Amino acid sequence: MSETPRNVPPGTAAQVVESAQAPLLGVHEMELNFGPQHPSTHGVLRIVLRVDGERIVSARPDIGYLHRGTEKLFETETYPMVIPHTDRMDYVAAATNNHAYCLVVEKLLGIEIPKRAQYIRVLLDELQRLSSHLLWLGSCTMDLGAITPFFYVFREREVILDLFEDYCGARLTLNCMRIGGLPVDLPAGWTQKVHDFIEPFVQRVDEYEDLLSENRIFKDRTVGIGVLPLDRCIEWGVTGPAIRGAGLAWDLRRAIPYECYPELQFDIPVGKNADTYDRYLVRLAEMRQSRRIVQQCLAWLDQNPGAEIRGKVPRVIKPPAGEAYAAVEAPKGELGFYLVSNGSNKPYRLRVRPPSFINLQALPEMATGHLVSDLVAVIGTIDIVLGEVDR
Amino acid sequence: MSDEKPAETPGPKPAADAAKPAAAPQPTAPAAKPAAAPAPKPPAPADATDHPLVAALAAAVAGAVAKATTFVGELTVEVAPEKLVETCRYMKETQRFDYLVDLTAVDWKDRAPRFDVVYWLHSFPKKSERVRLKAKVADGAACPSVSGVWLTANWMEREVFDLFGIAFDGHPDLRRILTWDGFNGHPLRKEFPVEGIDTGAAIYPDRYPEGGGPSSGDSNRKVVS
Repeated sequence: MSETPRNVPPGTAAQVVESAQAPLLGVHEMELNFGPQHPSTHGVLRIVLRVDGERIVSARPDIGYLHRGTEKLFETETYPMVIPHTDRMDYVAAATNNHAYCLVVEKLLGIEIPKRAQYIRVLLDELQRLSSHLLWLGSCTMDLGAITPFFYVFREREVILDLFEDYCGARLTLNCMRIGGLPVDLPAGWTQKVHDFIEPFVQRVDEYEDLLSENRIFKDRTVGIGVLPLDRCIEWGVTGPAIRGAGLAWDLRRAIPYECYPELQFDIPVGKNADTYDRYLVRLAEMRQSRRIVQQCLAWLDQNPGAEIRGKVPRVIKPPAGEAYAAVEAPKGELGFYLVSNGSNKPYRLRVRPPSFINLQALPEMATGHLVSDLVAVIGTIDIVLGEVDR
Repeated sequence: MSDEKPAETPGPKPAADAAKPAAAPQPTAPAAKPAAAPAPKPPAPADATDHPLVAALAAAVAGAVAKATTFVGELTVEVAPEKLVETCRYMKETQRFDYLVDLTAVDWKDRAPRFDVVYWLHSFPKKSERVRLKAKVADGAACPSVSGVWLTANWMEREVFDLFGIAFDGHPDLRRILTWDGFNGHPLRKEFPVEGIDTGAAIYPDRYPEGGGPSSGDSNRKVVS
């Protein structure tokens, strides 16, 4: 089970560190591979656990099984061609990926996009947040043994994916935004369909809460598990529902607002115990807030029919040489793009700040001392997507 | 650290204002004359040595600031690599940049110190003010590790080590993270081929030498995928 790096030149700092690490197992301890083919790791995540009986002594995540060199690929594609690649990072929330990328290019180009496009983008973002949170709710609770919510959430998620399909033709890898705006305007009757879905949606959230929030088994599995207090969240760079579950009302949609978010009314739900259960509560509350935002966007779009969905974009996109960073509040946390341009039509360097990757880093601290079965709950509420962790 | 805070932050207010317009700093050029022209007024980096934060940093850590610019509403401070850890500690503890958003590198293949290591800092107490630090690191030289300042730098530095081959001095666990341990090469370096290399080494140790791969001279498995 040794993980000695084979390619580290002898005598380098890396090798010295490696041999100094990994102390011998204690008498009662055992090393256990969790994954990479474990259903509750939601992809190909391997965690090398050191356990004393059922109790986790240490956990070392091992990632990279899904590394596709996306950042390298970005450098070979022209600016518009990058967008489909961004779909494939956090593949359950493609719209926010598209959005963050478009924002950074627009920032460097100095393009302002039309109001209507901003509202449609926000509408797509929030629907995407709903679908991502729904999938999280289903899979996370199923890992904890509650299989019913899984069927419930897929009922709603299916409608959202159908809405995306109506809009852009794709259900998962949406490719639904363009630099400077959007590819197409909303199809006729689409807002009505969204309306029909979103109005009764609050009752669906009530249903999930009825099933879970006061469910004794669910609470036994989640309350007090995987606590990461606020100062540790900041230290580990953890963002998204985890930091809000720790009590800080910090959301990029408010903190560093983009698009039309300053014009919209919504609250930032926070927890206080920083445990798995609070992260669950925060996500459910966020679904209600997303519903509010969607309603406001629909109202605005109905009042302001218009066809302008794209800003003044040059035919060949060549941002001036320089660098910029832009981030959106993705369902998992802060998703940022750092773009370095050298004035050509391809990004010189495009770095993704993936929330899943950085949130996953705090896993050992959250899991240590708990039981192996609690690890499943902790992984569940960090809400990682391995496509984004490994890129 | 808390007692020296008021003295060291002479003007957090203008600093916060400077970072604010990051969302849409450029009023769009109204006249789009020929369709091919990019934004008619290309944004130019402006000198920011008199920015209160930069001035405070220069006063606190002697010789730290090499250059400071603002560009599209973002403040970038170039830091001398040997002062990096000291600077970061000052930024975190005195200036309250308690959250390291991102740490990455840029490969400037033909430049003399080849790499830029880039730090993107965020302050919760200062109303989400952000600042970018940059250190120039030569190929083969080690960059001081800031994983002792922010824990989150641990994996980010491992990723930079893995993909760029920049070693971080003082890192507690500097191993490859995204590619596997037997991988030969650093994919985000500009000379690394996009189509990939043959890296059979870790899987067939009898066939490829330790740390092998393309250097093994096996020409019939040149490119994977």
